[in-house]
Amino acid sequence: MYKLRIKFSKHGPIVFIGHLDIMRYFQKAIRRAEVDISYSTGFSPHQIMSFAAPLGVGLCSNGEYFDIGVDALTTAQQVKETLNNQMVEGIEILSVKKLPDDAGNAMASVAAAGYTIHFRNGHEPDFDLFGQLEAYLAQDTIWAIKETKKSTKTFDLKESIYQLAWNETDQTIYMLVNASSGGNIKPSFVMENIYAFCGQTAGEFDFLITREDTYTNTGTEDMPVFVPLDAIGEDY
Amino acid sequence: MLEDEILLKIEKPARYIGGEVNSVMKDTSDVDIRVAMCFPDVYEIGMSHLGIQILYDMFNRYPDVWCERVYSPWVDLDEVMRRRNIPLFTMESQDPVKMFDFLAVTIQYEMCYTNILQVIDLSGIPIFTKDRTWEDPIVIGGGPCTYNPEPIADFFDLFYIGEGETMYRALFDLYLSCKDEGVSRREFLHRAGCLPGIYCPSLYEVTYHEDGTIKSFAPIYDDLPAVIEKEMVTDLSGAVYPEKPVVPFIKVTQDRVVLEIQRGCIRGCRFCQAGQLYRPLREKNVDVLKRYASEMLKNTGHEEISLSSLSSSDYSALPELIDYLITECNKKKINISLPSLRIDAFSLDVMSKVQDVKKSSLTFAPEAGTQRLRDVINKGLTEEVILEGAREAFSGGWSRVKLYFMLGLPTETDKDIEGIARLSNEIAKVFYETVPKQQRQGKVQIVTSTSFFVPKPFTPFQWAPMCTKEEFLRKAYVCRDAIKSQHNQKSIKYNWHEADVSVLEGVLARGDRKLCEVIYKVYQKGCIFDAWSEYYKNEIWMETFAECGIDIDFYTTRIRNEDEIFPWDFLHCGVDKSFLLREWKKANEETVSLNCRDACQACGAMKYHVGVCMQPKCGAATQNQ
Repeated sequence: MYKLRIKFSKHGPIVFIGHLDIMRYFQKAIRRAEVDISYSTGFSPHQIMSFAAPLGVGLCSNGEYFDIGVDALTTAQQVKETLNNQMVEGIEILSVKKLPDDAGNAMASVAAAGYTIHFRNGHEPDFDLFGQLEAYLAQDTIWAIKETKKSTKTFDLKESIYQLAWNETDQTIYMLVNASSGGNIKPSFVMENIYAFCGQTAGEFDFLITREDTYTNTGTEDMPVFVPLDAIGEDY
Repeated sequence: MLEDEILLKIEKPARYIGGEVNSVMKDTSDVDIRVAMCFPDVYEIGMSHLGIQILYDMFNRYPDVWCERVYSPWVDLDEVMRRRNIPLFTMESQDPVKMFDFLAVTIQYEMCYTNILQVIDLSGIPIFTKDRTWEDPIVIGGGPCTYNPEPIADFFDLFYIGEGETMYRALFDLYLSCKDEGVSRREFLHRAGCLPGIYCPSLYEVTYHEDGTIKSFAPIYDDLPAVIEKEMVTDLSGAVYPEKPVVPFIKVTQDRVVLEIQRGCIRGCRFCQAGQLYRPLREKNVDVLKRYASEMLKNTGHEEISLSSLSSSDYSALPELIDYLITECNKKKINISLPSLRIDAFSLDVMSKVQDVKKSSLTFAPEAGTQRLRDVINKGLTEEVILEGAREAFSGGWSRVKLYFMLGLPTETDKDIEGIARLSNEIAKVFYETVPKQQRQGKVQIVTSTSFFVPKPFTPFQWAPMCTKEEFLRKAYVCRDAIKSQHNQKSIKYNWHEADVSVLEGVLARGDRKLCEVIYKVYQKGCIFDAWSEYYKNEIWMETFAECGIDIDFYTTRIRNEDEIFPWDFLHCGVDKSFLLREWKKANEETVSLNCRDACQACGAMKYHVGVCMQPKCGAATQNQ
């Protein structure tokens, strides 16, 4: 079995299709494309497929990933084309890479994700948001409260924000945040935290969010080097 | 397209956004006719319906027609649409239904009638046919419930009686020529009513006797037919079939390729409406089916294929078809689902190849608890056959059995009901006799379910009185108590259906035009999704019947005379009323009728000169096989 990593984008009405349904969608698309996917053994075999980081409903993306196992290798170009022929409007296969045998699975590899935040029409901030971002980021610690079913805990959000950039002319904010399975941070959570810092409350529908890419860490925990998930695969 | 804020707030936005694989997009400037095809229930139910998929495919093959889909908005979106005056729209173009030429509604069960009004109303179309103008789409109904369309007659411009494949092109052509000519909407409906199989309810008049039964039913124009014959496909193998069905994003009820292997049924169970409506049995050519199976799997990417028919075991080439599917599907890791198979050595062998025996359960539908009552309903399944099937199944490793029965069948006594418990117990006993202790993994699991019998038009039981709610419930308690007193009662789980809904279904099934007012009023009072028990409001229905001066017993428990004119008698479903009456009398004499392959019962369907009617008969030798 060979491992392939597939990168795709998600835009338009299809953003309202949730993660589990997107997985089902790709299972069917792979059958339609007659990709030579590997199956598990047992009475009800399933496709060898693993998604990187679930994307929330309503979010666009330019960097979604999943890995599949295939029994035979053709070419990356061929897989990309046959899959793209089976895509619905709004989903495009961007790249297909062959992974080294020792590569970790997609989900475990995820370390961070980059997001661009736009404001929905009529939901632009009516206060000086951009002017306060510098001060927000200059805090020694950025306190945030995480509520789980069992408890609420206060933690330092700053450790999970690897980058925060903004463009006041375009009215956009970019953030690179922790997206690992243990420490995933939702971009809307950061925005709510920023609004709270400004003494404001963010509305449920204020933001249009696009995940720009999903990253793995090829450095160390202290000195992380974030590269897109498909950077560790190769063309074939 | 709905606003993002709405889509993010409602349950399963995928129900409304369209864009699914194989959905058909066209340029409106290229087409002359736009059809909104509706299943008046939630998306997951509607998307599972084969009939719509066939017509969707057929219509979209016409270059001048664009057929799109629309479903009932679920209660959450329904509320938003009413509050914000958002008109109902189709999946594909997201355009308002109101701007379409046709709103075609498939009517599969009586409990969706209020949802039909929901769809018409949310579209901004006047609810009553009399109030509509050329500004409104032509509202046309099809499907099994149109075999008694009278309770919903006031809401429809037209009904299509019979199988949809045959007459729509003629109707579309008539529509185009009438538009060209500039005739009135009523004149178009009049001309449409002259087409075979098309019924225009507003052009027929009913008079009643003092006792409420029908005195006369006649068209108001001489050129309209007094009796409307069903439309039927004569060459089923050559008929259009969707090779590229739409693939939903979300999980729907029928999330698989559905292969219709035949239409009609030879069995002649006396309670079964489908068994009469789709006569005669027509099988599809097995090579055609093989080709469709492969094409559809390839075009959808589904991981499961299912055979569809009223009784798959009666398909002559079943072994050949199943062999082919097993070979094909094993290669591609596709599951095969085999509903409505009679349990015998052949089917057990097949099922053990395609299912995990330990996880799957076997289904028997004896329908009645004693041989006497099974003879009344002409269900040719004997206790011997059931117990032998169970024995073989238990030897083969199965340990779960589902049993389906009906309560309230004509001539039923408590002895028949106790027979349900006894038979359930016997099956459990067979398990303990067949499977040695050391091989058992726990108890045998028997799930016995009863539904309440609702007499349907165009069946021999259309004359039968139905039980009251109280009688139904008493019967369910008798059954429950009888099961509890069985030796193996701990292995038997008993479920029964709700009685309220069955009574309402009974009223609507054999109802007349007087019920239109009730349906309109309960809808105005907020009833929709009556088929969903959590939204069914029995008290509103009952209160509205009273308000409208409708006595429900007239429709349910009343004993009907043999010569009564029924509200649906102006339709002809292919079998003669005289045949149904003969069968009703034989039922009361506890006499069975042979199936169509063994001996012709002269039902009348032979006039179509197709299918099983044209095959030689084998006599009584294969009875109950």
